[in-house]
Amino acid sequence: MTKPDAPLILVVDDYQDAREMYAEYLQFSGFRVAEARNGNEAVAQAFSLRPDLILMDLSLPGMDGWEATRVLKADERTKHIPVVALTGHALAGASEGARKAGCDSFVTKPCLPDDLVVEVRRMLETVKKA
Amino acid sequence: MSSLQARTFTRPIGTAVNHAARLELLENYLSYQEDILRCAQMSLEWLARHAGVKQSACLAVDAESSMLVGIAAYGVVGDDIELFSWPLSDAYDPLVGALQAERPVQFRSYRPNGHAAQASPSPLGRGPFTAIPLGLRTSGVAEHEDLAPGLLLLRAPAITDDIQWLVTVLGQKIDQVRGRGSLAEEARKLRRERTLFFTIINAVTDPIMLTDIDGRLIVANARAEKLFAASEEESEGRRRAVELNNMLFSAALSRSAVEGTPEARELLLVDPSDGSDLLFEVLSTSVEDPREGTGVVSVLRNITDLRRATEQIEENYQKLRVAEAAVRAERDRLNLIIDSVADPIIVTDATGATVLMNAPAEDLFTVVPGASEAASRTVQANDAHFSSFISGLLLGETGPGEIRRGEIGLMNPATAEPIPVEAIAGKVLTETGELTAVVTILHDRREALERARLYEQLKAASDELQARVQAATAELATQNELLRRQAIELEQASRLKSQFLANMSHEFRTPLNAILGYTHMLLQGVAGDLLPGVKRQLQRIDSNGRHLMTIINEILDITRIEAGKMPMQLSEFNLNELVPEVMTELDPVITRSKLTVVPRLWLDLPPVYSDRQKVKQIIVNLLSNALKFTHEGGIQITVGYNEAERTAGVAVADTGIGISPENHEKIFEDFRQVDDSPSRQYGGTGLGLAICRRLATALGGRITLESTMGVGSTFTLTIPLETEQ
Repeated sequence: MTKPDAPLILVVDDYQDAREMYAEYLQFSGFRVAEARNGNEAVAQAFSLRPDLILMDLSLPGMDGWEATRVLKADERTKHIPVVALTGHALAGASEGARKAGCDSFVTKPCLPDDLVVEVRRMLETVKKA
Repeated sequence: MSSLQARTFTRPIGTAVNHAARLELLENYLSYQEDILRCAQMSLEWLARHAGVKQSACLAVDAESSMLVGIAAYGVVGDDIELFSWPLSDAYDPLVGALQAERPVQFRSYRPNGHAAQASPSPLGRGPFTAIPLGLRTSGVAEHEDLAPGLLLLRAPAITDDIQWLVTVLGQKIDQVRGRGSLAEEARKLRRERTLFFTIINAVTDPIMLTDIDGRLIVANARAEKLFAASEEESEGRRRAVELNNMLFSAALSRSAVEGTPEARELLLVDPSDGSDLLFEVLSTSVEDPREGTGVVSVLRNITDLRRATEQIEENYQKLRVAEAAVRAERDRLNLIIDSVADPIIVTDATGATVLMNAPAEDLFTVVPGASEAASRTVQANDAHFSSFISGLLLGETGPGEIRRGEIGLMNPATAEPIPVEAIAGKVLTETGELTAVVTILHDRREALERARLYEQLKAASDELQARVQAATAELATQNELLRRQAIELEQASRLKSQFLANMSHEFRTPLNAILGYTHMLLQGVAGDLLPGVKRQLQRIDSNGRHLMTIINEILDITRIEAGKMPMQLSEFNLNELVPEVMTELDPVITRSKLTVVPRLWLDLPPVYSDRQKVKQIIVNLLSNALKFTHEGGIQITVGYNEAERTAGVAVADTGIGISPENHEKIFEDFRQVDDSPSRQYGGTGLGLAICRRLATALGGRITLESTMGVGSTFTLTIPLETEQ
């Protein structure tokens, strides 16, 4: 049911329920999905898979989402990949920190899978136009 | 002519007698009068009166000296006739020649024949006159052979019988007198006497005169003449002055006669030469003369200067009296001042004796008549205290100008009340440095002592108060420090609370995210089609999950606002656009409520510069509340604009249950609903309005409420057209 040329989305989240939920729904919505549980995995996956978009939870064990984003955005191979930050921290400064790290968009949890898919599609459109 | 020269004045005779009687009168006079000069003078006056001869003179031959001499004159201005004499040896002189004539000789203008240098001057002055040899009879035959005894010179229109008669009578008289002796000697003797007489009276500087009883001048010395006589040639002013003086003198004389007072009288006259006032003292004495009748001899003494001096003395005396009065007034004033000083003042002389004291001093140092024994003793004691104080000063313990101070314990004689006084004494020195007096002022110290006592009390009270204030201040400082620490602790606690809530909300959201997500996925049919019962149950999970999320979001909002971490996203937008947006968002709720929601927009509303998301959140909240608390009727959402205030706003008016006035403020508090009971009818965290108000305040605006119970409520959001960052 998933097309082989469908955009590849890398879902990075240490919370398995959330990661698998988004992954499952993205697949359900027609995307190809890859998963990573922390920042190190995210960077490694991004380098090897070159996904079309990365959904990055910011609170991660080990290398956190901000650090991982900075690494990716600093690398020629991955800096073009849009990063959508996902966070449960809604305090002021959280989104600003994410932008500074290089995130292209910011989504606050709780976020319904459907709303997330809408945001993913919007970002892919933006990249395609650019 | 010298003004010092005395002159005999005519004496008019006022008695009316007939012509014959007059002739006889003169003849009698002449026959009894031995003085030839008087005879001649009388004759000339008679001529003037009875023959109208206004100018005449009588010359007589003095055989011994062979001179023709003047013996009388009338109406002649010029040298005294008695000084006239001319030698008979000058046979060519016309006057000498006239002596030999047998009839009157006319002189057109008297000129000596060819001997101008030696010509006798005319006794009558210039102008034609007639010379008649004395003794000439009316028949024209001379009684004597050669020379007539004298000449009558006159100016008359005609030689009348009266004149002829007089010439005869006078001639006989002169002959008669001459027969008894030398006329000239007689005349010279008389002349000397007269001259001497006039010299004497002229030498007197006071005016002396003989007048008749009416004040008319008979004889006057030069000084009197100056005051009382003026000839025709003299100035008008001088003549007037003289006239006035005569009147004044006559009046004075008549007054004297009426009052019969012989004593001295004062008479104010005018100086004819300069018009100044002259004051005279007049001494008049009545004299009886068998021939001249009653006359008055008056001596005037000039007392003008005396009067001036008297006036000066009087004036000085007045000045003295004024000065004396001033001194007295000054002294009275000083006494008044000294008496009005409340402090006792005592002036003592160099020996210590009291010279002066004012009333307060008298109370202390004098014994009132009828005073008690004790009072008298008190006065003595006071006196002794004062004397010992003053003696130090008198003994020279202080230098000049210095002031001695001391305290004396006196006592009030009337009340036996002790009076501590401060005595201040100063010396009064004369110019030469001698001590004349000592002035002492006694100052009652009771008031000062009382004041000092009060001051001490006040000071003690003040010190105590100050100590209390210090203690209170210290206590306050301690309390402040405590408060400050508490505030810090509170702040820390608050921060910890906010952090905790933020963390908690994060921890809440992670599982909730999964719950909502999976429920959503199931409802979306990710796991295939659902049985109708399952789907309904999943919807309940979803609904309650969303509610839980709303609660968590609201708690987070409050936390964020309190922590000052609510980000502001200012942009320009139109309030009119927000209303339909909010209505769309709440459409499911509106549809479910079955209420009509009417938007009223404001045409031409200017755009506002604010946080669009926050404003929308507020309107959503207000509309949600309205929907929640309204069961029937409708809701109006009205956009407003106030140009003057530069504000815009949105009012949400419902027809709901309403809010009682006492709850108008309460509902804006955190976690509050009107009904706080566990069994409350309406759900919600009670944070909605609290958040709305905080957001409105953060945007520079406000939320106001108007409500009537059972009728409805209107919540109005007002924000400035431009919100400052």
